[in-house]
Amino acid sequence: MAAPMLRGCCLARRGALACIDGGSRHGRGAAIGCRSSGKRGRSSVAQQPLITAQKSGKGEHAWAAVVGLEIHAQISSNSKLFSGSQVQFAAPPNSLVSFFDASLPGTLPVLNRRCVEAAVMTGLALKCHINKKSLFDRKHYFYADLPAGYQITQQRLPIAVNGSLEYSVCVGKKRSQVITRTARIKQIQLEQDSGKSLHDELRSQTLIDLNRAGVGLLEVVLEPDMSCGEEAATAVRELQLILQALGTSQANMAEGQLRVDANISVHHPGEPLGVRTEVKNLNSARFLARAIDSEIERQINELENGREILNETRSFDCKLGCTIPMRDKEGKQDYRFMPEPNLPPLLLYDTASLPPGADPQQVINIDRIREQLPELPSETREQLVQQYGMLPEHSFTILNEVGLLEFFQNVIKETRAEPKKVTSWILNNFLGFLKQQNLAVNESPVTPSALAELLNLLDRKAISSSAAKQVFEELWRSKGKTPSQIVSEKQLELMQDGEALNQVCLAVMEEHPQVYRSAR
Amino acid sequence: MLGRTLREVSAALKQGQITPTELCQKCLSLIKKTKFLNAYITVSEEVALKQAEESEKRYKKGHSLGDLDGIPIAVKDNFSTSGIETTCASNMLKGYVPPYNATVVQKLLDQGAVLMGKTNLDEFAMGSGSTDGVFGPVKNPWSYSKQYREKTKHKAHGENEDSNWLITGGSSGGSAAAVATFTCFAALGSDTGGSTRNPAAHCGVVGFKPSYGLVSRHGLIPLVNSMDVPGILTRCVDDAAIVLGMLAGHDPKDSTTVQDPVKPFTLPSLTDVSKLCIGIPKEYLTPELSSEVQSLWSKAANLFESEGAKVIEVSLPHTSYSIVCYHVLCTSEVASNMARFDGLEYGHRCDIDVSTEAMYAATRREGFNDVVRGRILSGNFFLLKENYENYFIKAQKVRRLIANDFVNVFNSGVDVLLTPTTLREAVPYQEFIKEDNRTRSAQDDIFTQAVNMAGLPAVSVPVALSNQGLPVGLQFIGRAFHDQQLLTVAKWFEKQVQFPVTQLQELMDDCSSVFEIEKLASVNFC
Repeated sequence: MAAPMLRGCCLARRGALACIDGGSRHGRGAAIGCRSSGKRGRSSVAQQPLITAQKSGKGEHAWAAVVGLEIHAQISSNSKLFSGSQVQFAAPPNSLVSFFDASLPGTLPVLNRRCVEAAVMTGLALKCHINKKSLFDRKHYFYADLPAGYQITQQRLPIAVNGSLEYSVCVGKKRSQVITRTARIKQIQLEQDSGKSLHDELRSQTLIDLNRAGVGLLEVVLEPDMSCGEEAATAVRELQLILQALGTSQANMAEGQLRVDANISVHHPGEPLGVRTEVKNLNSARFLARAIDSEIERQINELENGREILNETRSFDCKLGCTIPMRDKEGKQDYRFMPEPNLPPLLLYDTASLPPGADPQQVINIDRIREQLPELPSETREQLVQQYGMLPEHSFTILNEVGLLEFFQNVIKETRAEPKKVTSWILNNFLGFLKQQNLAVNESPVTPSALAELLNLLDRKAISSSAAKQVFEELWRSKGKTPSQIVSEKQLELMQDGEALNQVCLAVMEEHPQVYRSAR
Repeated sequence: MLGRTLREVSAALKQGQITPTELCQKCLSLIKKTKFLNAYITVSEEVALKQAEESEKRYKKGHSLGDLDGIPIAVKDNFSTSGIETTCASNMLKGYVPPYNATVVQKLLDQGAVLMGKTNLDEFAMGSGSTDGVFGPVKNPWSYSKQYREKTKHKAHGENEDSNWLITGGSSGGSAAAVATFTCFAALGSDTGGSTRNPAAHCGVVGFKPSYGLVSRHGLIPLVNSMDVPGILTRCVDDAAIVLGMLAGHDPKDSTTVQDPVKPFTLPSLTDVSKLCIGIPKEYLTPELSSEVQSLWSKAANLFESEGAKVIEVSLPHTSYSIVCYHVLCTSEVASNMARFDGLEYGHRCDIDVSTEAMYAATRREGFNDVVRGRILSGNFFLLKENYENYFIKAQKVRRLIANDFVNVFNSGVDVLLTPTTLREAVPYQEFIKEDNRTRSAQDDIFTQAVNMAGLPAVSVPVALSNQGLPVGLQFIGRAFHDQQLLTVAKWFEKQVQFPVTQLQELMDDCSSVFEIEKLASVNFC
């Protein structure tokens, strides 16, 4: 499907950037810090959410940043929120589009049970109140990848409200101090994803792919309880781990399954909140913190220079390293919300309120879903600390790397080595190698079994610790060989036979008489 | 044969008096002869003949699918029909061929029904005359009836004869005309504010609007989702019940349909109405109501009373707010529902390609008529953040009051309400177009739209001919999901009044055999 080029699309607007003036990024302007950040050299006060800006002659002037997040997580489900089309990443364009997804007239939405269950489970894991009655609304706007001209969402009465997300930040010189913070969750709502627009500048066309149109999303709204990019990024990471543990979303940012919009403002503590901007489409874990910090920096700089912050939508340009305005201000949207008349209220039950004789296929029991809640990341980390004597900060690293926990557990299963030893090897050597080669855990040439075997050799003192490192390096290069094979090929065994050792020593002395003599 | 009812012709098919193909060909030839009425937008001749052929095979093998097998039907052109153009009488959907069947269409086809074609309507069903579609207005067959012509001899002949034709009412005027001219035995209409009942009344046929949620809307191109219901137009109440029996029930593709299983309907023949309580809403006695219709209405009430039914005056106090409230809710949903017609995925697309926005604007300007655009504009106004509370929310509250009015009346022991369907009989087209669509809709939906706001079943039954020789219909309104009870009462009433069949022989001499007078008994009711 193709449409003429969208007027004022982001690419075309790059020429008219109202970006940060260079000064702010080179030391003159506001310094930026955050209560949890210790790594940033310019950071001011470690424990205070205050940002100090030096204004020549005027002394210190403190700024506080306020960050709230809207996170869209694609629900992991076989079919879309209101239609039977399959959900799949990177399928050929427009190959997963039902009549409803293409908004053919006369088609009606039919709610996907799995998506509702995923929303309830996510709500429970985030300590939300689950609304036993929630409603669907239409949010109207014209855009080429929104075929119906409206998105079905939950504006008035969402499925879950008033939860909280706990996340931990590591502070201190060696980042060894773990501090737990809480961001309140305003609500979780079910809504439809849009399609994708691909702008072909050359032919001045917009190409539309509706594969994503109608995929179920969980919109998680975090209250403005964060104060810097790192906090926001850490909160997002924690949410991501929770969603993955629940299986309610794959939450893979690279595949667009987790998308973040941030509401950002700055103010002087004790004064009313400042005008906020919305930075849209923070779709890369790498740039999330940077984008937020750069916007905070920009706002402070604007205010310091006597300019105003406009209530506008911006996007982060990762090449420029700053945010840029996105939409025309004149086109301020009125979404003309209206109840979705084709969907009756969504009713949920608990065991107490379950109508007698209800068809289990027709009702959703919140208590049943609560029973099915898996272990959450915070519990897993606690378990690692308790069971293996792991340091809390190490438990974070183990969970934060995709697949590392499973790798760790598999090694533990197969080795007699001390858990602390395993942790140390995995965090220092294994992870180090992965980072160095820019590999993910599941791309590692070293299998858990191989590492377990290596650690066993070390544990029964068959090899020395320096030989172990040599074997480990060899494992990396020669895929398929076992540690024992490498040890014997390279003759790295420690010699246990005293007589043989004696013979070796004598032979060395005989071969090097001068050295022997001088040493004596 | 064509003048028979669905039930009668179904029996004839079963007994082999006629074959489905013969029946289909007769209807097709009549469709051609009545083409000037403009009842059909698309005549699906090939498809119909093929379906008839298949039906014939089944009959030969003795494997008939039931009462509808081989029965010619017509479908309003706002129901999606797989492989058959579905236009909504709009430039926007000219050439649009849906890839799927509406559930109601599929159900009819599954029963062996033969689809003759798609019938004319007001653009996107927005109107009460069937005059505002892009394919031109539908002409009321009664304009050419012996009954009407005799009464209006002095002006019917002469040079302006052709401009004196009457409107069918709407928006399902094509379906009503198709049934009234015997080109099919049942037709689907849609009813949002009276669009099935109004033309039924003007064309002298039965027009039934089922309870909201009883019949699937999947595939019906929406006007107002919360009020739309597929309607059934037939020549008698029994036929409407047969069709309803085929259509009713839960549809997994329409979440607003009832979950409870619906059993097939067979209407009993009432002999005793003494246990019935008929309510006459006093608010429906408006100054605009023609004295003739009013007198037929009270005669009908007297008829019930004389047969032993309890007839009482009841009050629906919020009736006067209904039409305004309907306007706000209708246009708001229209604004939303029409948003999808942007020229991208299907339908009309303009030649402008400066930008997507310019393309949208020109496409919608070219695609929709003034009525549709006007409703979109008002609807968007009502939905604006600043207006939402004052208009949409208020209208929703009033809607609840109106629905409660009915609930209260039914809770007080009333079984069925009896009201006029329209203010007067059909008017000439020239007369009708003196007022704009909005004014006409407000007048013509006055007795019908409150039922849609409350989701109740209602049926218009032809009662008698007016002094001008034109049909007049009365409306029965039932409790929600008591459709069967409602139709049972309507059937009893129908039997009492013996409404005459339209006589079109003068016009179509060669079809005279078609219009054998089977029921033309007396107009003794008047």
